[in-house]
Amino acid sequence: MSIARFWRETGRRYNLGASRCTVCKTVYFPPRSVCPSCAQHRRSLGKLTPLQLSGEGEVVTFSIIHDAAEGFEVQVPYVLAIVRTKEGPQLTGQVVDIDPKEVRIGLKVHATFRKLREEGKAGVIHYGYKFSPTTGPDDGPGRPGRSEPVAATATAEAGPVRA
Amino acid sequence: MEAGIVSYGAYVPRYRITPAEIGKVWGVDGAGMGAGLNVHRKSVPAPDEDTITISTEALRVALVRGAIDPQEIGALYVGSESHPYAVKPTATVVAQAVGATPNLTAADFEFACKAGTAAIQVCLGLVESKMVKYGVAIGSDTSQGAPGDALEYSASAGGAAFVMGREHVIASVKRTLSYTTDTPDFWRREGQRYPSHSGRFTGEPAYFRHVSECARRMMEAVSSTPRDYRHIVFHQPNGKFPQRVGKQLGFTDEQMKYGLVTPYIGNTYSGAALIGLANVLDHAKPGERILVVGYGSGAGSDAFDLETTQEIATFDRSFGAPVSDFLENGVEIPYAVYAKFRGKIRMEGD
Amino acid sequence: MREVAVLGVGMTRFGELWDRSFREIGIEAGFQALVDAKLSSGDLGALYLGNMASGSLIAQEHIAPLILDYSGLGSHHLSAVRVEGGGASGALAFHQGYLAVASGAHDFVVVGGAEKLTDVPDVDGMRISNGAADQEWEVVFGATLPGLWGMVARRHMHEFGTTREQFARVAVHDHEMGSKNPNAHYRNRISLEAVVNATPVAEPLGMLDCAPLSDGAAAVVLGPLERARKFTDTPIRVAASQVACDSMALQHRRELTTMDATVVAAKRAFGQARRTAADVQVVELDDAYTVSALVSLEDLGFVPKGESGPTFATGAFGPGGKTVMNTSGGLKAQGRPFGAVGVAQIVEIVRQLRGEAGDRQVPGATLGLAHVLGGTGATSVVHLLERAT
Repeated sequence: MSIARFWRETGRRYNLGASRCTVCKTVYFPPRSVCPSCAQHRRSLGKLTPLQLSGEGEVVTFSIIHDAAEGFEVQVPYVLAIVRTKEGPQLTGQVVDIDPKEVRIGLKVHATFRKLREEGKAGVIHYGYKFSPTTGPDDGPGRPGRSEPVAATATAEAGPVRA
Repeated sequence: MEAGIVSYGAYVPRYRITPAEIGKVWGVDGAGMGAGLNVHRKSVPAPDEDTITISTEALRVALVRGAIDPQEIGALYVGSESHPYAVKPTATVVAQAVGATPNLTAADFEFACKAGTAAIQVCLGLVESKMVKYGVAIGSDTSQGAPGDALEYSASAGGAAFVMGREHVIASVKRTLSYTTDTPDFWRREGQRYPSHSGRFTGEPAYFRHVSECARRMMEAVSSTPRDYRHIVFHQPNGKFPQRVGKQLGFTDEQMKYGLVTPYIGNTYSGAALIGLANVLDHAKPGERILVVGYGSGAGSDAFDLETTQEIATFDRSFGAPVSDFLENGVEIPYAVYAKFRGKIRMEGD
Repeated sequence: MREVAVLGVGMTRFGELWDRSFREIGIEAGFQALVDAKLSSGDLGALYLGNMASGSLIAQEHIAPLILDYSGLGSHHLSAVRVEGGGASGALAFHQGYLAVASGAHDFVVVGGAEKLTDVPDVDGMRISNGAADQEWEVVFGATLPGLWGMVARRHMHEFGTTREQFARVAVHDHEMGSKNPNAHYRNRISLEAVVNATPVAEPLGMLDCAPLSDGAAAVVLGPLERARKFTDTPIRVAASQVACDSMALQHRRELTTMDATVVAAKRAFGQARRTAADVQVVELDDAYTVSALVSLEDLGFVPKGESGPTFATGAFGPGGKTVMNTSGGLKAQGRPFGAVGVAQIVEIVRQLRGEAGDRQVPGATLGLAHVLGGTGATSVVHLLERAT
């Protein structure tokens, strides 16, 4: 993805910048300029205001990816999920910091800041959101996984290097 | 009101590797090596983590804990010896990712392992001179030792972020001073993948001389004695050096109980002393005095005489992980996975 | 609007056509269709060519006049237009051809679909196929098309109790059908165990849940029904041609287990034809992934929502069933040259309705449905074809 193309979306990819329709209150991510929910959606033109998502949400569905998207090869197997955020919008992203076998629908997650991909060894590095499990009801974002005794599952999780 | 630390946050990646596992690959008694260094495990960043992501995670926690409006950050500095770019700042990405842009000054610092403490000093100057309301200093690294080198048993990843300011200070800085010389104990030339070091020369003339001289000068300057400090934090390239220098200076292990974190996560370089300080602040009560002495090869030491205030009693640390989580938890990986994660396997196009 | 009929059909073999170029396969399919329609090139008014990614795959844009030229039609100066809609490109081209004839803008048109996937390494083919998903908000975060469909499958299992084996049965069925199709990319039968135990691609989906990357081309000739008898004894009437679209990214759908675009396109199509799903004897539907076939059976109205897994497992859509699915082998076995798929489905339905489908003929088929998706269902195209009486 070209530098400018990625750069112009950093506000969304770094900070979860969304928009809210002031007419029907629906929240959109990525932000929209016209509200698809309003019956006469042309009336919503210019009536969407910026809003930042909290990054908290839960897994609605997921897949464990073995054939990676370009740039994600060293991370296989990795978890791709659709996350429904507290504010409403659904986001697609990786779930990290968890054994893929432990991911389930309904898992509480929060947004974390990670490298998405690199443009080769000499090119720019793209950053953005991924999701990390949130453990208890009182745990805020930034809290890593619950106490895990040094796990025997680590090898399986980190995976064999695929040829 | 004295300037000082207003908030803080730390972040350490979740993967761990043991010296025994590393030693197995090189035909070395890794467990013995680890015991000698007093390093039981070291942290390993995931392939999608680097100094920028670690710095951002640590700072996001600090901003929430201190209820700080990122738009009020006037300066942001990231100290590291593993900035993802040789040219292009880490600090700008971090600033953007926490919503602090555009009305701030930002830059990357490099001074081996003490770039983070140097950043704290600069922020203090800006805060005390009222040039900025908040100055952010981050020390963060994803350091690598050459495969098979002694450094490989300790070089790890992690970082901590400190928000410096004048109001709602949880630990005020009574004094800071530095001790700096030209001492070539450890370096990495432009374009080189792994750092080089001068073996035993990194000990007496480098780490020990700078840390102890700096600590002595600080105690002289503020007329204190080792007994005056509830906590001490030294730079900790391994678990042994800080213990030995502490003993030489007349400190007890009890004073270092929270400030020594390297045995459990390895040497996080620019993050090391700062994660130690974060762990101290996780446990500190009001009115406790803390001595911090950082060290960076090349070489120099920055010392800080800190005292916790009444504010720390009500400071909400509940957001984000306490440092103890990082010390106790983690997922161990074998060397092959570590090699893949750290880019030590030569891939097509390398 | 006039009634429109399919007058001729043609297609190349689908598969790894190493010794044949993009233009060669495009021309072959087109000529077969013209010969089949007994039409002379001077009668033609336009060419609509479905193609998803020639620019990425063979660095060639502007392919409609290219195919026209090498088909020897350049001197007739026909209108030639490329149509793109991800995996639905061919079906969309057919829809454009249908509209052109129905409106009277043209009398006779050729609709082609072609894609050449073996001129790039497999990894590039995968990357390019991901281009049908949302690059900015899906792919950039690590999504792949199999991964997105894997998430649909996982949700379907969660909501309706569909099992891994029930998905796998689609691939077993398709290969059984493909074994009887001389044009199919894969003609081998596969076992349920083989599908379930295949190398995982995007769990719960494995290698054999996913259609292959194939080369291939297909073409049909369309004309007004009232003049069809001059060219063929068995004109096939286009009873309905409908396209519906939805949000680009899967994450923005109303539901993750229903493709609203298919529900709407099917509803419009059955309305246009004044028929119901129960009237259909042969259906070619989108089985790019086993899960897309089961979801489509539901969305098209062949089974109630959530019941496709157990119903399909009874063999309801196999030979002898009331409606037989993917007699060609589908995208899974016949092959998946993106832009050619939608047109090849029409070719198969026409052959079934004419009674020319050989070993895989469904006896007495008079109404057939073709359905294909673009991406994860942002585009859905439904066609109903009927043997003219």
